[in-house]
Amino acid sequence: MLRQGGTVEDSGAAGDLTAPAAPVSTRRRGPLARWRAGRAARPRPATFGARLRRDWQLLLMSVPAIGLLLVFHYVPLLGNVIAFQDYSPYVGIKDSPWVGLANFQWLMLDESFWQATSNTLTITAFQLVFYFPIPIVLAILLDSVIRPRARLFIQSIVYMPHFFSWVLVVTLFQQMFGGAGLLSQILRENGRSGIDIMTNPDTFILLVTAESVWKDAGWGTIIFLAALAAIDQNLYEAAAVDGASRWRRMWHITLPGLRPVIILLLILRLGDALNVGFEQFFLQRDAVGREAAEVLDTFVYWRTLLTGEWSYGAAAGLVKGLVGLILIVVANKVAHRFGEQGIYKRS
Amino acid sequence: MTSASWAEKPSAVGRTAKTLVLTLIAAAILFPVYMVVLTSLSTQETVSRAGGLVTVPGELSFAAYEQVFAGGVVTRAVLVSLGVTVAGTAISLVVTTLAAYGLSRPGTLLHRPLLFLVLLTFLFGPGMIPKYLVVSGLGLIDSYWSLILPVAVTAFNLVVMRAFFMSIPAEVTDSARVDGASEFTILRRIVLPMSKGVVAVIALLYAVGYWNAFFDAVLYLNDSAKWPLQLVLRQYVYQGQSMFAGQSGDSVAAGHSLPPNLAVQMSIVVIALVPVLFVYPFVQKHFTKGVFIGAVKG
Repeated sequence: MLRQGGTVEDSGAAGDLTAPAAPVSTRRRGPLARWRAGRAARPRPATFGARLRRDWQLLLMSVPAIGLLLVFHYVPLLGNVIAFQDYSPYVGIKDSPWVGLANFQWLMLDESFWQATSNTLTITAFQLVFYFPIPIVLAILLDSVIRPRARLFIQSIVYMPHFFSWVLVVTLFQQMFGGAGLLSQILRENGRSGIDIMTNPDTFILLVTAESVWKDAGWGTIIFLAALAAIDQNLYEAAAVDGASRWRRMWHITLPGLRPVIILLLILRLGDALNVGFEQFFLQRDAVGREAAEVLDTFVYWRTLLTGEWSYGAAAGLVKGLVGLILIVVANKVAHRFGEQGIYKRS
Repeated sequence: MTSASWAEKPSAVGRTAKTLVLTLIAAAILFPVYMVVLTSLSTQETVSRAGGLVTVPGELSFAAYEQVFAGGVVTRAVLVSLGVTVAGTAISLVVTTLAAYGLSRPGTLLHRPLLFLVLLTFLFGPGMIPKYLVVSGLGLIDSYWSLILPVAVTAFNLVVMRAFFMSIPAEVTDSARVDGASEFTILRRIVLPMSKGVVAVIALLYAVGYWNAFFDAVLYLNDSAKWPLQLVLRQYVYQGQSMFAGQSGDSVAAGHSLPPNLAVQMSIVVIALVPVLFVYPFVQKHFTKGVFIGAVKG
């Protein structure tokens, strides 16, 4: 079994090697040196066949994952063509009639689509202001806890809700703030009328933000804590020697140190602007009402799976995906202009 | 993390404020969980005397849990969720580990296009409808595979693992390669034993995903007899529906159509919580290392 493996095939491949770029000494030292050199840039054997013989095991290992991604990510991507059809599941994609941009035209005239879009954007904007900074502040606070045990303890607690499902989180909020929940109960015992925050459309945006903060703000600190740990401690020391106060050091060292990560996450957030999360809104849509709780994802779901307007839903999903992609690309361009790396490098 | 020489001692006020804030945050997270667990363990009388969630421990009982597991619905849902979680996590781990290792050597054949294929999934999702059509086209509707296969590989997890594998010094694997070990052997005997931490973290992330699977089940499982726990949680606890309605007309007539009492509802919440609470502490210590790598290099 081992004979099929690396070295035998590799030395065979090495015999075929005619790559002029590879240094002679590397070739003479055989596969080991080539592997080692490969950490930086593997010299390429000249022929496809030779490379296949050398790398087939590694390739084979990637096959299942790549296959799954192709089937469940890239094939559905192609399936978006039904947005340009009057698709019927009984006829199939091949035989469904093409209708051009008709679905998109309807979409543009559909008031409930714009309602969902405006809800989505409002929620995103609101969360950008009232949610986004919280993990940063929390991370700086956690970072200032210098007793390792206390720090680890707090960290374990704040990470935890990230692993609860949305059903669970919404249920917990209902038990706390719903009409029969703890808050109402306390209010009633004190002679006031109970309130039901869970079904009030006017405060829905506060509710979902609070839920998101409770669930994920702690988890969001991880990346900032990593960035904080990477800041050179000498900078703080030098600043302290120069007489910079605690706050000045935070302003001139900590925050600039976090800048790349903050910008990276802002870009990702922007790219996700139309993606506020599905389950949270799906769960609470009925209780709060469509006007406040319908976002693009739930719009697609209710319009399609309940009425059978497949092409229409696909069109809405496609618009959402494309706008998200454009937002990411634009945001990344802006980041480059500001001299930041962004999520992918300038090509 | 350790106190540095240049840092002056924090003022008493500052330290108190910090402790207070952190305590409040921890309490805001732990308190709801505490009350839910306590309520699920309380007797019917304690619950009705409290008029809602129980905050002060009274008489404890397991009656709610007995009732829940006697009903059958929850028992079945727990088994479904457990099965999907165990099978899904195993599949995901194997597939992700293999690909992460297969793509961990720059310069291998097709390395760049394959990696690009993985990374591109970050940018663009296929959309719910086309994905549904593929799943249904493969005949997976109402099959548990619909909860596993579409989410079996997460690009993020793959990239995190790959980054970790790339950080293992080449000398370590090279020596085995010289001795004639196949790549599979190297992965199994050398790389994996060095990667327990990252494997544990990735396993937890996948497992939690499967355990919490909700929307995929809404989409792909029409048959309510196959529902996983999260759907049961929504129906009987969040929506407060009767646990026995719809199963047979007789039980409705016999007065079972009332929503389950609060202790029973909360016991379902606890059942959904427990596996997470149980596994989490064992993996938590690896988070920082595991996720940092992906965050920094990904």
